[in-house]
Amino acid sequence: MKLWQVTKLIRSKNSGPFELTFDVIFKDRATYEKVRDAKTINQQWFAKAYRLAPEVVSIINYDAASAIKITIPRPVISGDINDTDVFGGQQYGPLVDLDVLYLKAE
Amino acid sequence: MSEIRILSATGMLGSGFREETLRRAMALKPDFIGVDSGSTDPGPHYLGSSDTHFSDSAYKRDLRLMLIAARAANIPAIVGSACTAGNDDQLARLVGIARDIAREDKLKFKLAVIHSEQDKDYLKKKLREGRIKPLANAPRLDEAVIDRSAHIVGMCGIEPYIEALQNGAEVIIAGRSSDTSIFAAMPVMRGFNPATVWHAAKILECGAACVVLRKYPDCMFATVTNDSFVVEPPNPEYRCDPVSIASHNLYENSTPYELIEPSGVLNTFAAKYEAVSDRAVKVSGSTFRPAERYTVKLEGAELAGYQSIIVGSVRDPIILRQLDSWLEGMNKAIGDRILAVFGADVAAKYQYEVRVFGKNATMGPLESETAVGHEVGLLFQVTAPTQELATAIMKSVGHMAVHYPVPEWTGLITSIAFPYSPAEIARGPSYRFNLNHVVEPASPLEMFRIEYENV
Repeated sequence: MKLWQVTKLIRSKNSGPFELTFDVIFKDRATYEKVRDAKTINQQWFAKAYRLAPEVVSIINYDAASAIKITIPRPVISGDINDTDVFGGQQYGPLVDLDVLYLKAE
Repeated sequence: MSEIRILSATGMLGSGFREETLRRAMALKPDFIGVDSGSTDPGPHYLGSSDTHFSDSAYKRDLRLMLIAARAANIPAIVGSACTAGNDDQLARLVGIARDIAREDKLKFKLAVIHSEQDKDYLKKKLREGRIKPLANAPRLDEAVIDRSAHIVGMCGIEPYIEALQNGAEVIIAGRSSDTSIFAAMPVMRGFNPATVWHAAKILECGAACVVLRKYPDCMFATVTNDSFVVEPPNPEYRCDPVSIASHNLYENSTPYELIEPSGVLNTFAAKYEAVSDRAVKVSGSTFRPAERYTVKLEGAELAGYQSIIVGSVRDPIILRQLDSWLEGMNKAIGDRILAVFGADVAAKYQYEVRVFGKNATMGPLESETAVGHEVGLLFQVTAPTQELATAIMKSVGHMAVHYPVPEWTGLITSIAFPYSPAEIARGPSYRFNLNHVVEPASPLEMFRIEYENV
């Protein structure tokens, strides 16, 4: 399975002009708990996928919404002359096809 | 009083709501109507230039319906972060629109106008006193940054709104404001538990964003008691469930558990979200820790330069197979040509880059996938201190780029498709957010001047 198949929303957005935040919201609690406990989305994986140092990656599990949140510093301030994505809305691509192989198709 | 009822008109003034939904919501007898009119989302242009994210017509449509409803019910209408960034120009613009509405629709009200634009001498004094502190990833701040800012605004808390309400304001239009303060001010003034109030305000500030499936912007409604609140969409086509309400804490926030306000921090770690029907949710259990020191967040924008851009594309497989080296050679040739035309002094004055759509134009330095397909788009960009220089440089860039050779072809080639004539497009001034700091004012009202007017 891929991450998109078990989530109802994967998104990215500015958290203010100086940070980017990613939300992975799962379809159901049980799947969320499996992915959360397997630590598939971890600092090392995220840092590698986004070419960052692991220590700048913050990951928070949010049980109330069966969601995992990742926050990183913006590489460029929102809207600065070499920014590529003012809203930060299209930065989640690498998460979409992340393998969650331990989840079997139902 | 055991409860207070809050109507949020929509997530952002100018984005719209259904007239029918507003009518239904007014039948629920709200104690006030609030709406946020701002965002830093669309970037620094709006704070820097005073341009607005929506048109005057869009602001007027939403504000007219709100003001008519609020005056008919004799309840306050509160608007925060006027016209995108809430600087003084944008505040004056929205106040002007409100006056036009009052005249055209024969409305009378006491208006409070809360100014959020900051005096540069005040900020420099605070900086010298060590009372301006950086937040995460803040750029460097010194007095020169303050001097060269086009506009600096402070994000007001609930206190200026409470001051205005206590002075009898029936309509409040504020400059930059924390989104939640628009909705939290009146409930806190009436003595409701700040933890409940701030959590409700966080849910309400985005209008219908907290519903299960938001098809279009619309109103939201909450009934707040001391230890819980119930949120229920007034639009019968919409429904909330515990997950949709809990999920909203994730939005545009680096943690779903904390919301930092000037006067303290809302913590939702222990919050409970319970369905009270198939479309209403009851929320309780959050806590609010008052801040040891009151702080006001600053937002600033400065001119980064003037830009000229060219959009083009490449389809030749020969070029695409050597895209990186072709661009590298082209960029060097362009740099040499600019020096030849404009002299050695130009090097420190301009910035040039080319972005490759189809490779890493979306994620830039974060991209690890760099294979290209059967065509790529190119975006050439020049930034310079004047539009004249940016455009002049770009004319040379365009000509160098469009004929830049590859070894496989002999003779003059035309290697880039330009969709427009002229190829270069003047983008005008480009701004940069230059502050991510908080100020410690002597009092919550010190940074926010309030004017009153009988409209």
